[in-house]
Amino acid sequence: MSVEIVDSAIDQQAIVAGIKAGGDGAVCVFDGIVRDNTRGRKTVHLDYEAYREMALEQMTRLAAEAVEKYAVRDVAVVHRLGRLYVGETSVLIVVASAHRAAAFDACRWLIDTLKKTVPIWKRETFADGVVWADGEPFPEHLAARPQGAQG
Amino acid sequence: MRVKLLSFGVLKDLLRVGTEEIEVPAGSTVADVLQIVEQRTSNHRMNHEVWHSLAVAVNREYSSVGVVLRDGDEIALLPPVSGGAIKDGAACGRNHER
Repeated sequence: MSVEIVDSAIDQQAIVAGIKAGGDGAVCVFDGIVRDNTRGRKTVHLDYEAYREMALEQMTRLAAEAVEKYAVRDVAVVHRLGRLYVGETSVLIVVASAHRAAAFDACRWLIDTLKKTVPIWKRETFADGVVWADGEPFPEHLAARPQGAQG
Repeated sequence: MRVKLLSFGVLKDLLRVGTEEIEVPAGSTVADVLQIVEQRTSNHRMNHEVWHSLAVAVNREYSSVGVVLRDGDEIALLPPVSGGAIKDGAACGRNHER
């Protein structure tokens, strides 16, 4: 398993080439890239930040869980932080497996779960303003649900 | 006892907490720390939705508000995460089910 948080471009070719082994029949790649707009607003760039130590721990746990849950042979999960421009890869997930169904399923589960649970945030700079992106609501068992703050 | 307090993303802007240490009574819980933070920021316009959608990590593990803290613990206030690619869909607000 290869799990990384990086501050520069993700070398997709090297990661995909590096994961392949003789027993694999499929390598499924999810390449998450910066889109040129959000809901029609023109995106200039994104700035990703993380609770780095926790994010790495969470990603490592997800990778191990994916291997066990879907019985795939190996996975790589890499997330980039810092400033990214349109078309650049922010997250790369690669799953190697003997059979494609498990590879697809594990890849989908990894990105969906990462987006809900791994403490990484992005600030979007548009042509006409800057916002923190709306996050995915935390799964029920992770949310704190504090009382108060009525105003 | 002293605990370390961190916040991220939009909460870092709203709470004006980056990384700091605060003094809390022995036996304090996560809820007690949240109350301290809330009181301190009550003069600001606290975004109700953000406050109610946060998660808390104690020593880098997601924790519930009832967890009792120990000296030196690291408490992180986490807004809903937004790693990966930008989410699809046209919904503008958060998708709360409550």
